[in-house]
Amino acid sequence: MDITVNILLTIATAATPLLIAAIGELVVERSGVLNLGVEGMMIMGAVGGFGATYLTGSPWIGLLAAIAMGAVFSLLFAVMTLSLATNQVATGLSLTLLGLGLSGMMGTRFVGQPGERLPNLYIPGLTEIPVVGRLLFGQDPIFYISIALTAAVMWFLFKTRTGLTLRSIGDSHTSAHALGIKVIRYRYLAVIFGGACAGLAGGHLSLVYTPQWVENMSAGRGWIALALVVFASWRPWRVLAGAYIFGAVWIGQLHAQAFGIPVPSQFLSSLPYLATVVVLVLISRNKRLTMMNTPASLGQPFVPDR
Amino acid sequence: MSANQDGTNLLEVRGLTKIFGTLTACDHIDLDIARGEIHALLGENGAGKSTLVKMLFGSLEPNAGEIFWNGQAVRISSPGAAKKLGIGMVFQHFSLFEALTAAENIALSLDDGSPISSIAAKARALSFSYGLPLDPDSLVGDLSVGERQRIEIIRCLLQTPQLIILDEPTSVLTPQEADKLFETLERLRSEGKSILYISHRLEEVKRICDRATVLRHGKVVGHCNPREETASSLARMMVGNEVQAVVRAPVEGIDKAQPLLEIRNLNRKPATPFSIPLKGINLNVRAGEVIGIAGVAGNGQGEFFETVSGEVLQQDAASVRIRGKDAGGLTITGRRLLGAAFVPEERLGHGAAPRMKLSENLLLSRHATDGKAFVGSGGMVKSAAIQAASQRIIEAMDVRKSAPDPEAAALSGGNLQKFIVGRELDRRPSVMVVNQPTWGVDAGAAAHIRQALIELSRSGSAVLVISQDLDELFEISDAIAVMHNGELSRPIPIAEATFERVGLLMGGAEPGHAEHTLETA
Repeated sequence: MDITVNILLTIATAATPLLIAAIGELVVERSGVLNLGVEGMMIMGAVGGFGATYLTGSPWIGLLAAIAMGAVFSLLFAVMTLSLATNQVATGLSLTLLGLGLSGMMGTRFVGQPGERLPNLYIPGLTEIPVVGRLLFGQDPIFYISIALTAAVMWFLFKTRTGLTLRSIGDSHTSAHALGIKVIRYRYLAVIFGGACAGLAGGHLSLVYTPQWVENMSAGRGWIALALVVFASWRPWRVLAGAYIFGAVWIGQLHAQAFGIPVPSQFLSSLPYLATVVVLVLISRNKRLTMMNTPASLGQPFVPDR
Repeated sequence: MSANQDGTNLLEVRGLTKIFGTLTACDHIDLDIARGEIHALLGENGAGKSTLVKMLFGSLEPNAGEIFWNGQAVRISSPGAAKKLGIGMVFQHFSLFEALTAAENIALSLDDGSPISSIAAKARALSFSYGLPLDPDSLVGDLSVGERQRIEIIRCLLQTPQLIILDEPTSVLTPQEADKLFETLERLRSEGKSILYISHRLEEVKRICDRATVLRHGKVVGHCNPREETASSLARMMVGNEVQAVVRAPVEGIDKAQPLLEIRNLNRKPATPFSIPLKGINLNVRAGEVIGIAGVAGNGQGEFFETVSGEVLQQDAASVRIRGKDAGGLTITGRRLLGAAFVPEERLGHGAAPRMKLSENLLLSRHATDGKAFVGSGGMVKSAAIQAASQRIIEAMDVRKSAPDPEAAALSGGNLQKFIVGRELDRRPSVMVVNQPTWGVDAGAAAHIRQALIELSRSGSAVLVISQDLDELFEISDAIAVMHNGELSRPIPIAEATFERVGLLMGGAEPGHAEHTLETA
């Protein structure tokens, strides 16, 4: 029983950074902006989170620093693509490269230093309940944030007027502009929100997942988050499903490798990607729903003619 | 009706100017709109009408000039500011969101925070009171253009504007839908609202407008009362000189002529959730005749053109036959080699490569059919021959340009269209298929293109013209078929065709009309 609980807990830990980064990027893409810099913003969040914790001794300050780092870094992307109307793909890619390099430079003095882990939730009485106690009331704080965030984004996008406006901008920025909606302002806020989420996801890596700083520790998770958004056809609950399928198969194949199953390890390592793609493609078979949820103006720069 | 109650006009515009680069789109425009009048803004494509109203609605900023609203000087810096003043707009190219419902689209333009359900109820009530029934829960992507326009109008009315701007509202409507729109406009006028009505259709302007301002090349060339003018005097003001009338002599014994283009039971599944399936289309186009295909935009005309031209291949090779040979499985080049020629709707990016020279565009479309003439041994391009052919087309079609061999994108829409049509005519094709031959083309150039198409047919070719412009089809066609919801009616000989009859078919008065056999035609 304890093993099962432990496996479930590790799955949640593996899925949480993917979920947070993907939910942030989902909001960005729903506004019609394609930010390929998730990986870069994530690693900046990781180094910022670790650095602030190391300097202040408080992982909570580290958490805030991770969020701020991602948000500030995304602001660079926003200024370039929204105000200066640069190509979003090229700008996003360079943001990732810049983030990987910059974080490595900023983190040289943190390499090999002991980190501080964000404490898990502990509610006397509840956390001690067998099995469900630790699953529901004994995880790290970012896990709870990720679930709340998914629910909040779902409610925001589909139940609020502001969410409707954001979706309409993603559908057609020219129509939105013609109605007098402030396209650029909405997109700035969306991009910064996405950056804050990516930073938080990075903070999860260096404050919870492996509480230390290792160069390049995001290890491609930003790219997986990006792919999740597309394969989940821009719907929050599918992003959640995708992140957890990925996490589950990821942990599963690690255990399989440890047991020494006679299958090439390279094949096992590729399984999480394969399984996630297959499952998400299967649930997105409804072409009409996919069309309705795809932001039609995704990636197109918006320059109002005045 | 158009009297000023207190002496001031609702809107006065003085010296409004907008410059794009070297082009002065609006040059010191003056315009007065009184309360409770329908004021027409007339002009050809490119005369500056759309630029002017975009400045009035705040989506463009003028370079010079003043706007007075109720006698007060105002600066309209954004569409939001225009709405606040009481200016509403119904756009020509709809500003709706396809992936959202009608109610959500309406909610987006209202600033109050009331829930979607109450907006839907208000919209439904208002739409029925104006006789423009609307289902607020339907997805815009599923609606016809006429229904989309209703959403725009209702959305505009819910903001209780004092001035409503309508940009070419009837260009996408059937004649019956247009009548309904005119009733609505007259009712709005009787409620004291002012309407700025933009159009290049003279008959409807004469019918419903109290005053007119005519624009040409960005300047006001006159104010008049359209009811006191004739269609031709208005046309003269718009164009600046007389437009040559198109001549079409009826042809005899066309029934015995050989069909050069045959469409047999053509079906096509929708490619995307919002596109139209084609259902059992049958059509023969014979040597020597022009067949017109009418229809409200978005009823499958684009899909039909793609299947006929070979942009999309058919499973059943016999569903498209060109000069007696099965062509359904052939690509565009294969069909061109059989003697067919195609002019797509989009000029830039589809009909021509924008950043390439005219001569290069000529080679792109004709390297296969005129291989020997344009491409020598070893694949070397014979530029002298191409230049000569390009020059021949430019002269034949009177293409006006600024450089000897400019890039396609440097030409105005009308001149590029003349070149693209001329490029195909120059081959003397035996089958010519044209989609929207004169869309956005000025009257003089349009007459030139229409005459050239008639002459091609009279020299023994089969010509198929798909158009939204009913006047154009009545001018050039020997028979008109109507496309509605992916089905094609049998062709109505021009002698029996009336606007009313074609209009009813455009509105879907005869569902399932594709079943008619051709023999009864």
